[in-house]
Amino acid sequence: MLELRDIFKTYEGSPLLRGISFSVVEGETVCLLGASGSGKSTLLRMIAGLENPERGQILFNGLDLAQIPTHLRDFGLVFQDYGLFPHLNVFDNVAFGLRMRNLRADEINSRVAALLKKVNLTGFESRKTTDLSGGEQQRVALARALAPQPRLLMFDEPLGALDRTLKESLLQELRSILHETKIPAIYVTHDQDEAFAVADRILLLHEGEIVRAGTPAQVWSDPGSPWAARFLDAGNVLEGVIKRSDEGGRMKVETAFGDFFAQCERRHRVGETVSLLVRQSSGGGQEINLKAEDALFKRDQFEVRGEGLVFQMKEAPVVGQVVKVKVEVKCLV
Amino acid sequence: MQYQVLSRRDAETRRKSFLRVFAPPRLTRVLVWLPPLLFLLYFFFYPLTKILSLTFTPAAFTNPGNLSVALNALLFTFYQAALSTILTFLLGLPSAVLFSRFDFRGKSLLRALTAVPFMLPTVVVAAAFNAIFGERGLFLFLSSSIANRQIPFILHPSPFILILMAHVFYNATIVIRIVGNALSRLDPKLEQAARCLGADAFRVWQNVTLPLLRPSLIAAALLVFMFDFTSFGVILLLGGSKFSTLEVEIYVRALKLPNLPLAAMLSVVQLVFTLIFSVLYTRFVNQVATQTAPRFSVSRPPQSLREKAFVIAISLSLIIFFLLPLLSLPLRSLTRLEADRGQRGEIQYGFTADYYKELFINRRGSLFYVPPIEAAKNSLGYAGATVLLALALGYPAAYALAKPTRLEQFLDPLIMLPLGASAVMLGLGFLLSFGRALALPWFVPIAHTLIALPFVIRTLQPALASIPERLRQAAAALGASPFRVWMTVDFPILSRATLSAATFAFTVSLGEFGATLLLNRPEYPTIPIAIQRFLSQPGGLNFGQAMAMATLLMVLTMLSILLIERTRLSDAV
Repeated sequence: MLELRDIFKTYEGSPLLRGISFSVVEGETVCLLGASGSGKSTLLRMIAGLENPERGQILFNGLDLAQIPTHLRDFGLVFQDYGLFPHLNVFDNVAFGLRMRNLRADEINSRVAALLKKVNLTGFESRKTTDLSGGEQQRVALARALAPQPRLLMFDEPLGALDRTLKESLLQELRSILHETKIPAIYVTHDQDEAFAVADRILLLHEGEIVRAGTPAQVWSDPGSPWAARFLDAGNVLEGVIKRSDEGGRMKVETAFGDFFAQCERRHRVGETVSLLVRQSSGGGQEINLKAEDALFKRDQFEVRGEGLVFQMKEAPVVGQVVKVKVEVKCLV
Repeated sequence: MQYQVLSRRDAETRRKSFLRVFAPPRLTRVLVWLPPLLFLLYFFFYPLTKILSLTFTPAAFTNPGNLSVALNALLFTFYQAALSTILTFLLGLPSAVLFSRFDFRGKSLLRALTAVPFMLPTVVVAAAFNAIFGERGLFLFLSSSIANRQIPFILHPSPFILILMAHVFYNATIVIRIVGNALSRLDPKLEQAARCLGADAFRVWQNVTLPLLRPSLIAAALLVFMFDFTSFGVILLLGGSKFSTLEVEIYVRALKLPNLPLAAMLSVVQLVFTLIFSVLYTRFVNQVATQTAPRFSVSRPPQSLREKAFVIAISLSLIIFFLLPLLSLPLRSLTRLEADRGQRGEIQYGFTADYYKELFINRRGSLFYVPPIEAAKNSLGYAGATVLLALALGYPAAYALAKPTRLEQFLDPLIMLPLGASAVMLGLGFLLSFGRALALPWFVPIAHTLIALPFVIRTLQPALASIPERLRQAAAALGASPFRVWMTVDFPILSRATLSAATFAFTVSLGEFGATLLLNRPEYPTIPIAIQRFLSQPGGLNFGQAMAMATLLMVLTMLSILLIERTRLSDAV
């Protein structure tokens, strides 16, 4: 449905986006994940038509959008701080897009009522938006964007300003609404938890390029680069020198934390420097000895630190004790 | 039990707050308050009671002519003010959009240019419009030599159009400032959200931008309307006394066709409307203030062809409209376009400095018994006296208001009330109250002080409030006497605000026209009065001298504005 081809954009003289290409299909939720300032919001604004790319094309159903102004694109956009109209009440905010489409009053009434029910805000019709809590404002913004039944929904850090528990419940609601309506969506965030929770597919944005794309499971299990592994907080990222390299890509790598065996996609020469992602494995794998220096309670597990490494464990070791940890080692290029 | 404790505490706080409001103020504070308060009571409220008592005598109402004059004046005042306000918005609104949405070269300079007229004396503005469009203006002479006496309307507008133009010239900056600020405080996300929801440019403006700007639009409209409503000098000098607004009518009935009860009645009508507008204005201005969000940088260089055309068209119109009068005035003061009165023989057309030279010559049969430049001396003397008086009264009032008790808070609007009274009304009040004593020349600076005092207090008060008490205590603890404390702590901080306030009082006095016209002694003309007399006399020489005088006044005022702006700028650092 939506397709971006080789988008370029500079910001104040330096390149912001350098050849972005991806597409979104029907009913899919794609999440653009990247650090702040990585240009992901700019990308959204270009899709919405609020900014223009310097190079590249944006197409919808094969049609180039370059000449189509924002108000005719029929894309919904939910802003970070909601962008609710302060002079209108909840009902009029949600009804705004419907009025712009010149719908009949009774149809507007019924559709707004249905939407407010969907986002659990029935009875809020005549409330001022400035009197609502952050979560309620967010729901109004969502209902307002959904009301005209847009061809595409975009979210620009929609939960950025909310606290953690509220975030989780809203994410749940959002997921079910997106699945129900089958509207393709692009979700922009810098928060990996949000991204993993909401996305069908994740696009990892770094230095103006998409460095990794895939389902949340794929991206998590193989971040692909040291930067991505660190950004996703996927495990311990170690640098090491290759001591031995087999035909099948199996290597022995010497690091400051001891020697590890890793399977790499391509064969490396002995003496080459590589990065490794080291995290505990659920099944078999290499076993290392770790002197526990600290154990942090983290809900259903413990975060155990020792000798500069961090692992998640079901049971807390006694601090100072040496524990055995089974680890899985991945090659990062 | 708990209830009792609560209620006892309640009673205690109530008693304390009662004491705070009604406790007898300490003697020092009374002494601080006394001079400005007595001044206002004697020179503002006493004349006001005179006007009121004269208004509500049977004499004012039994004369049926009075009522119809009053009604006609009121209607015409509303009519011209409404028309002026609409025209001011026609120019001011696109300009507000220009300054808040676009970046272009020379933007701040152009913005400053649009703000200049607001500070100029009315006589200068009237003289400037006369210099271009008047009967002896540049356009008429230029076009009559070219177009064979077929003068296009645009080059020779009627007096009424001239008045409207001068009002726009004066007040466009109000719209630019109030609405422009509101526009640049508008979250750009709101308009973008509307566009995403399917609103085209017009409907974004109609459904989002305009409703959000509403308080600032209304506040700007009220302020512009209020200024146009009370406009006097511009109307009298460009239109003459046949354009009988309330102000002009008060002047006419006070001096020209004396009917003091009618004049008093008219000033009460005027005051009532001004007060209504001020109350409404304060209400909407507060709404504007509550909407203040963080400022967004929404201005950017124009991109599309339409945006570029808009920027060029509006900034060009602004340059022409604002620069033309300001340049024409000095130009006209330096060019001879016609023979002087009674002059025969060969006339030297073109560039001349004669009009300035004439100012220093005491001619027989001229308007004055002294060289016209004496008017400048008088003006400077009055302005100096106004500065001293306004500071002497403004300082104690500002000190008291910087940390007011509850009782003193009630005094604040009292001090600001003279702002609501028009200058002509102040003059009328003086005429009614002090009669023969007005032969004394110092009533003019007293009237000027009444007009300048609210501004002086408003300038000093925030500076005074900004001095932390701890600084004074620290200095005192280190052994400084109260006077040394004032010299070392207060004075350095206050010197800038004082300079700013003094310059302001000086400028107000220098350009004041309405009150001076009623109070002025013929043998002590001020610059504005001299300009008015020159303009009302026939002959090229008189007109030229009016131009020269007005140019001098304009330069003096602009230098003062510059000084005020510079002290304000360095304050901000």
